[in-house]
Amino acid sequence: MSMADDTTAHVEGEPRFDGTPKAVWPLYEVFVRGKRGLNHVHVGSLHAPDDTMALHNARNLYTRRNEGVSIWVVRGDAITASSPDEKDPFFAPAGDKVYRHPTFYEIPDNVPHL
Amino acid sequence: MTVTEDQGPDLAALEADFDRTVAAEGRVEPRDWMPEGYRKTLIRQIAQHAHSEIIGMQPEGNWILRAPSLRRKAILLAKVQDEAGHGLYLYSATETLGVDRGELTEKLIDSKQKYSSIFNYPTLTFADIGVIGWLVDGAAIVNQVPLCRSSYGPYARAMVRICKEESFHQRQGFELLQTLMAGTDAQREMVQDAVDRWWWPSLMMFGPADGDSPNTQQSMAWRIKRHTNDELRQRYVDMTVPQAEALGVTLPDPELRWNDEREAHDFGDIDWDEFMQVVKGAGPCNAQRLANRRAAHENGQWVRDAATAYAAKQAARASEGAMSA
Repeated sequence: MSMADDTTAHVEGEPRFDGTPKAVWPLYEVFVRGKRGLNHVHVGSLHAPDDTMALHNARNLYTRRNEGVSIWVVRGDAITASSPDEKDPFFAPAGDKVYRHPTFYEIPDNVPHL
Repeated sequence: MTVTEDQGPDLAALEADFDRTVAAEGRVEPRDWMPEGYRKTLIRQIAQHAHSEIIGMQPEGNWILRAPSLRRKAILLAKVQDEAGHGLYLYSATETLGVDRGELTEKLIDSKQKYSSIFNYPTLTFADIGVIGWLVDGAAIVNQVPLCRSSYGPYARAMVRICKEESFHQRQGFELLQTLMAGTDAQREMVQDAVDRWWWPSLMMFGPADGDSPNTQQSMAWRIKRHTNDELRQRYVDMTVPQAEALGVTLPDPELRWNDEREAHDFGDIDWDEFMQVVKGAGPCNAQRLANRRAAHENGQWVRDAATAYAAKQAARASEGAMSA
């Protein structure tokens, strides 16, 4: 696509058909609930022009064999993620708080149900 | 973030960390630091795999309208739809490495990236549909099962989904062939003819012999690949021989026999000249496969445009509605 040749004025909100469209559909991340009682789990991604089409495409792509009873699609650019490094200081506060785990506490063997 | 920030990343430390993760059978995830060669190798391998699934729709799609019964037609449709799905799972995995799937499609139709040579052979009879399921998908399974443990998380996860679905592909093919073998002499001959044509190309699916496979060693060190081409090829031959016996067909290799010492089958030499010819584009169907893929992509442009236009219109209406409310 040559931007220099593209002199037609573009009306905001109106699609244009100038023979060089190549509009890139946004990326959606897909989450599927396998069955009632389970969380939605990330299964992959797809591209779609809008939310409704993303949901239909996700149905066709990720649940062809009853893999799910519910689907979430979320635009990739709407997701905020922690830093990629899993040893990041972001998670450090949990590192030294061993007293948050039940195994931190010594209980005599003869005390039942504890 | 830390005091080392303005000194730039310590490459040696990052690389050591990466090597440790991989050596400990850990998984590499999308935003982790990874060597550029690792990223490039993955993009090349996964894209080639995705393209193979997409091009692989054609030899079978060729028979959907001519499948002999509604049952066979429904099965074949489901299988071809699966191949599309497998391609999309894999394109999804490549996008986590920072490429765009649209870009990969362009590279495929411009012959800048490859797909499996097996799909450059024609499907001449309906028996070919059975043999593709049995032999070609069978070889794919042998190749793909170890990739479920590949070091790159998104690739391994895509392979798990794919492997779950491949078993249907192989079994429907074998059942189709069993049905033909229980039929007339002409039908049995049709099966044997298809086996004769597909056996050697199936063996070539595992790629060049280990001595001629320059990328294998590095891929195995990075745990992208788990076994060498020859190891997988041997495993496939050993698995397939008893299946051929059960079916009552002859695998077209006079040198194929059990070797007691090796506890494996010996088999004849592969025609690597043919393999290279087909890889380089001179196979029976290379031009046709790519022309079809290009036509599907270009003729589908108006559909993509229309969907984009519709989405824009709906969004505009929704925001107008919100303003006037």
